[in-house]
Amino acid sequence: MSNASGSPPSGFHRRAFIAGAAGSALVPMTARAATQDASAPAPQDPALPIDVTLRVNGQDKRLSLDARTTVLDALREHLKLTGSKKGCDHGQCGACTVLIGDRRVVSCLTLALAAEGQEITTIEGLATNDRLHPMQQAFVDNDAFQCGYCTPGQIMSAIACVKEGHAGTDADIREYMSGNICRCAAYPNIVAAVKQAAPEIMKG
Amino acid sequence: MRPFSYQRATDPGMAVQALSAAAAANNPLTQANAQPLAGGTTLIDLMKLDVMRPAAIVDINPLARGWSAIDPGADNLRLGALAKMSDVAAHDQIQRSYPVIANSLKLAASAQLRNMATLGGNVMQRTRCSYFRDVSYENCNKRNPGSGCAAMDGVNRMHAVLGTSDQCIATYPGDFAQALIALDATVEITGRSGTRGMPFAELHKAPGNTPEIETALQPGELISAFVIPGRWPRSVYLKARDRQSYEFALSSAAVALDVQDGTIRDARVALGGVATVPWRAREAEALLRGQRFDDGLAQRVADTAFADAKGRQYNSFKIALGKRVVARALQQAATMEI
Repeated sequence: MSNASGSPPSGFHRRAFIAGAAGSALVPMTARAATQDASAPAPQDPALPIDVTLRVNGQDKRLSLDARTTVLDALREHLKLTGSKKGCDHGQCGACTVLIGDRRVVSCLTLALAAEGQEITTIEGLATNDRLHPMQQAFVDNDAFQCGYCTPGQIMSAIACVKEGHAGTDADIREYMSGNICRCAAYPNIVAAVKQAAPEIMKG
Repeated sequence: MRPFSYQRATDPGMAVQALSAAAAANNPLTQANAQPLAGGTTLIDLMKLDVMRPAAIVDINPLARGWSAIDPGADNLRLGALAKMSDVAAHDQIQRSYPVIANSLKLAASAQLRNMATLGGNVMQRTRCSYFRDVSYENCNKRNPGSGCAAMDGVNRMHAVLGTSDQCIATYPGDFAQALIALDATVEITGRSGTRGMPFAELHKAPGNTPEIETALQPGELISAFVIPGRWPRSVYLKARDRQSYEFALSSAAVALDVQDGTIRDARVALGGVATVPWRAREAEALLRGQRFDDGLAQRVADTAFADAKGRQYNSFKIALGKRVVARALQQAATMEI
């Protein structure tokens, strides 16, 4: 049983250490324009952007964001990584699915500030050089899409589905992929793609 | 989404302090100025809809270090409030000893949302009433106390038939809570004066004349854990819904039986998808104790569970459906191999 979610990433520890040294365990995020103000410990002014470093596809990205920015909007609007798609923007369709650590999540309901210090993997981070990830190749081989809008989310979700051990049967794949809606209804081909890629992904 | 200040709490005391400090004394928890952020699957959604409008967000995810343990002991099960739904659903011992808990979690939401959502946040999730979620409807006694209820004479197919009032018929949408209330769980609450235990059955408040008050929690209080006494290997969570997966319950039942030599020693029945709060059917389950199981008994239990149900224009089907769900869940529990 993994308890990985219980271990905050290193960024939290670093901030906790800084906060502890300042005599408070509550960490007001430092607004950029407020850093010159020595009397800091009030909550940050919501009107000011906040400096945050996101680790995306193995690279640290320094950004200055409104606290309201989701991981999805940080990826699409600030990092120009437009592979992750905005469908419903309410956690219902799965088009925005990314991996945070080894877990699939909907990036539209994840605040960028809350993802600081964690490894974010998007569809852009899958291929190595000119070689597609086995799940990407399986989607191509099985014609597992029509319009393609849901596909990046489907592929990210499918990789996690396999690694979780939930791709053993067609019924399992359908159940554990139900958070990714395909309006073109390419579902039979998506199931076939997941089945094709699963052994290769499990081999590592 | 409206602007908010974001703070990260790295220990429980400071989380409680930050949530208390921002709370206006007369605001119910649902409208408190400061809201805790755990998985965010309810909060961020409702903030985007402008249904929740906190001025401050206190990110309590760093507390997971102390609050996310899954601890099945010999006499009880302790679940940290920040444990993820997916981790608890996949836990071997919980699947074996508490299938009603594992399945209530597995059958909820999607794999992505279960990876994000925590147990504490899950029981605190807000109703899916479409009139509550859409602020263009002015009449919602939950959002705007005293404004009326658009669901009462609206399209109320998804709404509750038990525990309703003339102020609110919004359904409590969760699944896990039915398992907790069935198994007599205790909820551990951390607040300004330390930690206290409360029967889970007392956590949620039926709407009555104050639908804006949903739980007994006060601003500045956090759920830190759940404790479930005993072991319930003969238990079932059955969920009927419009789709096979990834949908809220139209009607669900959490059932647990203790059967020895063919006689039911103890029985628990809780209902989901049909009530305004997690719903324990105590009178109905009492019919089972000391009896031998048969289908006629299951039917009498089901009838009793819905004896006080009140349907409205579009949701009366839930009474017939709910009875069948209860009877079938009892049959499954009675015949399961353990």
